[in-house]
Amino acid sequence: MYDAGKILFGLLVLAGLTTLPVWYNVARGKAGPQPQLTVGTTEKQCVLPTAEMRAGHMALLDEWRTRVVRHGEHATRTSGGREVRMSLTNTCLGCHAQKDQFCDRCHDYAAVKLTCFECHVVPKRSK
Amino acid sequence: MDGNRRGFLKAAGFTVLAVGTGTVSVLRSARARPDAPTPSSQPAGANALVGKRWGLLVDTTRCKAREGCQDCRRACHRAHNVPDLPEPRHEIKWIWTERFRNTFPDAEHEFMAPAILDRPVAVLCNHCENPPCVRVCPTKATWKRPDGIVMMDWHRCIGCRFCAVGCPYGARSFNWRDPRPFLKEQNPDFPTRYRGVVEKCTFCDERLARGLLPACVVSCKQKALTFGDLADDRSEIRRLLASVRALRRKPALGTMPKVFYVV
Repeated sequence: MYDAGKILFGLLVLAGLTTLPVWYNVARGKAGPQPQLTVGTTEKQCVLPTAEMRAGHMALLDEWRTRVVRHGEHATRTSGGREVRMSLTNTCLGCHAQKDQFCDRCHDYAAVKLTCFECHVVPKRSK
Repeated sequence: MDGNRRGFLKAAGFTVLAVGTGTVSVLRSARARPDAPTPSSQPAGANALVGKRWGLLVDTTRCKAREGCQDCRRACHRAHNVPDLPEPRHEIKWIWTERFRNTFPDAEHEFMAPAILDRPVAVLCNHCENPPCVRVCPTKATWKRPDGIVMMDWHRCIGCRFCAVGCPYGARSFNWRDPRPFLKEQNPDFPTRYRGVVEKCTFCDERLARGLLPACVVSCKQKALTFGDLADDRSEIRRLLASVRALRRKPALGTMPKVFYVV
């Protein structure tokens, strides 16, 4: 390989530059800002345990959609035995009423675009 | 070479074993996912209206559309967030009125009184037994439910408009524009639609699931609309259909509409 030294040095510089935010946080000694969520409810238990909701809410919503639209089922039981209506607007946003302080905070942070609310209605905040 | 082959076969055998058991355990854990569907004991809610073949009878002799009544249209469009678009070519409609001559093109003749020919008739999706829209949909975004309702899944609709072309009744509207700015109020019990999907009447499947009759039927003060199960010979709609001469729209096409008209 010609100029191996120069090339390797250039690659190292590139790797350093692209991972700069990581080194910056390491040097500062604390992690970057985390999204701060306003849960918006005093209810103890969501439809599933919190950790499962955090990891799998999109799969749950997908399953609800299939059951409501394609199978005509509307009610389901939560892991706590409560019966809820499978409805994004009425059940999910019924508790997490402030979408901009709940859904949007994480989705903006992770740069994952939400398309749910292009059709599903966000009820007006009763304040 | 012998030693090498022996070693190779051993390694290959262990690899197959490892991959095989790995796959099985991955499949197991996938099956035990917390979000996997749980069997529901109540398919559609405890007090849902359940039918085998939903149908609607429109009694045009009672309907006050001639006098400008718009109760059914207003109730339906408010319940389903159907916008009022100013441009007729962008219009979205689930239930509306059509002149008699256009509603029943095979029942009119040149000697009919103009008053009859131009009489407004309430029209909506016919929820055909043999729906051409379902046949042409490339994504299964529209399908016939076991209870006969021709249902729509707006999540799946790609806006190709094959269904709108396939429907001989003009019952499907396409969202050329974002409908939200044209909604005076949003009903949180029902979603709005997005630019680029087709929509139509769903016989109020969401109300039937809660034990309510369709919004148009409930809103009609003249009781011109009768909704019921055509498969149940003791239902009111069957009793009425047996006692009057009811028409269907364009019966020669073989779509077998489930919306009937007393003219």
